[in-house]
Amino acid sequence: MGALSTKHFIKLEGAPKEDIQHLIDTGLMFREVLNRPIKKVPSLIGKNVVNLFFENSTRTRMSFELAEKRLSADVTNFSASSSSLNKGESFKDTIQNIHAMKMDCVVMRHPVPGSCHQLTKYVDAIVINAGDGKHEHPTQAMLDMMSLYEKFGYLKGLKVAIIGDISHSRVALSNIHGLITMGAEVTLCGPPHLIPIGIKELGVSVSHNVDEVVEWADALNILRIQRERMGVGLIPSVREYRDFFGITQERLDRHKKEIVIMHPGPMNRGVEIDSSVADGDQAIILDQVLNGVAVRMSILYSLLGPEEEGKDEKK
Amino acid sequence: MRKNKILSGKWAFVNGCIYDPFKKVNIDGRILLEDGIVIAVGDVDVTDAEQIDCSGKIITAGFIDIHAHFRVPGREDKETLKTGAMSAMAGGFTRVCVMPNTNPPLDTPEAIRFIKDKAESVPIQIYPIGAITIGQKGTEIAEYGEMVKEGAVALSDDGLPVENGHVLRLALEYSSMYGVPIINHAEDIQLRNDGLMNESPLSTRLGLDGNPDISESVMVFRDLEIAEFVDGRIHIPHVSTKKSVDIIRQYKAKGVNVTAEVTPHHLGLTENSLIDFDTNAKVAPPLRTDSDRKALIQGLKDGIITCIATDHAPHTIEDKEKDMKHSPCGMIGLESAFGLSNTTLQTEGFSVEDVIGWLTAGPASVLEWDLNAFEVGTPAEITIIDATASWEMSTRHIYSKSKNSPMIGMKFKGEVVMTICGDYAFGKLD
Repeated sequence: MGALSTKHFIKLEGAPKEDIQHLIDTGLMFREVLNRPIKKVPSLIGKNVVNLFFENSTRTRMSFELAEKRLSADVTNFSASSSSLNKGESFKDTIQNIHAMKMDCVVMRHPVPGSCHQLTKYVDAIVINAGDGKHEHPTQAMLDMMSLYEKFGYLKGLKVAIIGDISHSRVALSNIHGLITMGAEVTLCGPPHLIPIGIKELGVSVSHNVDEVVEWADALNILRIQRERMGVGLIPSVREYRDFFGITQERLDRHKKEIVIMHPGPMNRGVEIDSSVADGDQAIILDQVLNGVAVRMSILYSLLGPEEEGKDEKK
Repeated sequence: MRKNKILSGKWAFVNGCIYDPFKKVNIDGRILLEDGIVIAVGDVDVTDAEQIDCSGKIITAGFIDIHAHFRVPGREDKETLKTGAMSAMAGGFTRVCVMPNTNPPLDTPEAIRFIKDKAESVPIQIYPIGAITIGQKGTEIAEYGEMVKEGAVALSDDGLPVENGHVLRLALEYSSMYGVPIINHAEDIQLRNDGLMNESPLSTRLGLDGNPDISESVMVFRDLEIAEFVDGRIHIPHVSTKKSVDIIRQYKAKGVNVTAEVTPHHLGLTENSLIDFDTNAKVAPPLRTDSDRKALIQGLKDGIITCIATDHAPHTIEDKEKDMKHSPCGMIGLESAFGLSNTTLQTEGFSVEDVIGWLTAGPASVLEWDLNAFEVGTPAEITIIDATASWEMSTRHIYSKSKNSPMIGMKFKGEVVMTICGDYAFGKLD
């Protein structure tokens, strides 16, 4: 077992506070490395990591790849479109083929919830969830929390609002688990039919009034409104969504308050967030991107890195 | 391991407690067969017969399953009549009704005849159910009269609902002249949407699309309104929600000719079986909450639900190894039916005789079969039970061609030790 309480990194539900804090602290350490002229450490020399993406992704895949390379791991990329999954190609076969090549770690994105959990049944390798359907996206939540921690210096008692389509968001679910564990207060804000039932049982508040939420929050995590949700009866129009839930410059100006703006990307400028807000002083969106690399280095290192020195002596 | 044995000549079942679930009486004595035909029951001389010692066991009527999928024709890689029959006998069943959602569907008298002919070669009695609509497409009613003449015992498009209310009305009206029930798969597929499990706080946590309980109850309500309007005879399969039980209760009280079944897995399991994304627990209708489960048990107690049916739905390992979205719904249920039902219902204060009743007299009444247990002159249909045996379900208990069961690893109280169909015995007794 590495520095964390689990072998894999699949979900933040049930993840202990110590693990999350450890990953943030180590992430901040790697953040230093990324500021050096030579941004590479030899920690994972000789380790094989495969990035297995069954769903399109640009930034998460790049971020992982960069994190792996900065740690000197050997990286293999495998992308399969979800159409090949639909062709009935056996998930197990694909996985076992890759496993036969002796990989130490599989970073997987898959459109179906639970796939990473199922993967652990088929391979011995360490599994990192890069997003499984609308279940969890724990590395995104880690980078969000690391960014908040970096900005505020604490998470306990921090007021965080997550705004948008909560029902279809793995980012929201992982953030909720992580933030609640760390003692933050979380309010979800979105249209009622895009807030899943029973979500309050996770310890969050729910609001449909974005102005009240802006007034309350220390930070806003603004979710991407997926274009494919429009025109299928879930979001009637861009203008209506923007009017009731968009974080516009005008809305922020009305509130006249310090507030941190986050977005997991990619953004729909002019829909859920105005360009001027995204590029404004209060936004930490690009810090999130850099922290994404750092916290993924932290996760990879904590799961795959050398055992801590002196650990045996402590026993 | 279970062995098969041909009971040629005279065989006697001795020292057991004989229970007739149709008359709800215990019979003192023994049962004597000759070449698989019951020739005497009670205080009979068995000295010239070979004897099977049933000490400590209950000897009762063979179980009846009114809802199973044997996948013939079309998916013989999942089940055949032969493997289905052995699965049934391992579970104590001597009669099984097979659903018509095959490929092609059983929607013609020829298809019904095909099953009846093929079933001649298996030890149990197989009763095909005909499709409600041609090709199960939900638009045109099939030849009910001809199908019934060839042996169809009920009509169902199971797996798919008859979505068009007018078509269901026609089906209920037309079927009434042939004396068979309509079994409509009660699911509003728009409300189900992409649901993979019960919609609940748990589905939210797991990120799995939810199938709300109203997807069932809305359809049950519609079906019962139609049945009441046309005075039809309807059977509600695999009831899974409290809301459906409440609706059936109301319409039964109004005198509507409705019967209903519940599966052992809906009685014994809840949505919590999906916490580890076990595709073997993915089933339609989905496993629901504990309060639904309790309401189903209460429904049995109150006579709102009249029988237990397995919805035995075999799938290949390959199909079930797919992810949560792409793996098909369904689990096998014949081998575990008695163990799971008995274990669940005994905890709730029911007797083993109650459980036997829901597996014999209950399903017989749905089909309006007037049966007698151990009737002299007829082929034997006998199930022998050890009500006190504890056992843990494993793949070695499975005789189905498929092994998709979330019950593997569960501990049960009460076990079927032998099943006899005519001269064919299958079980663990010597």
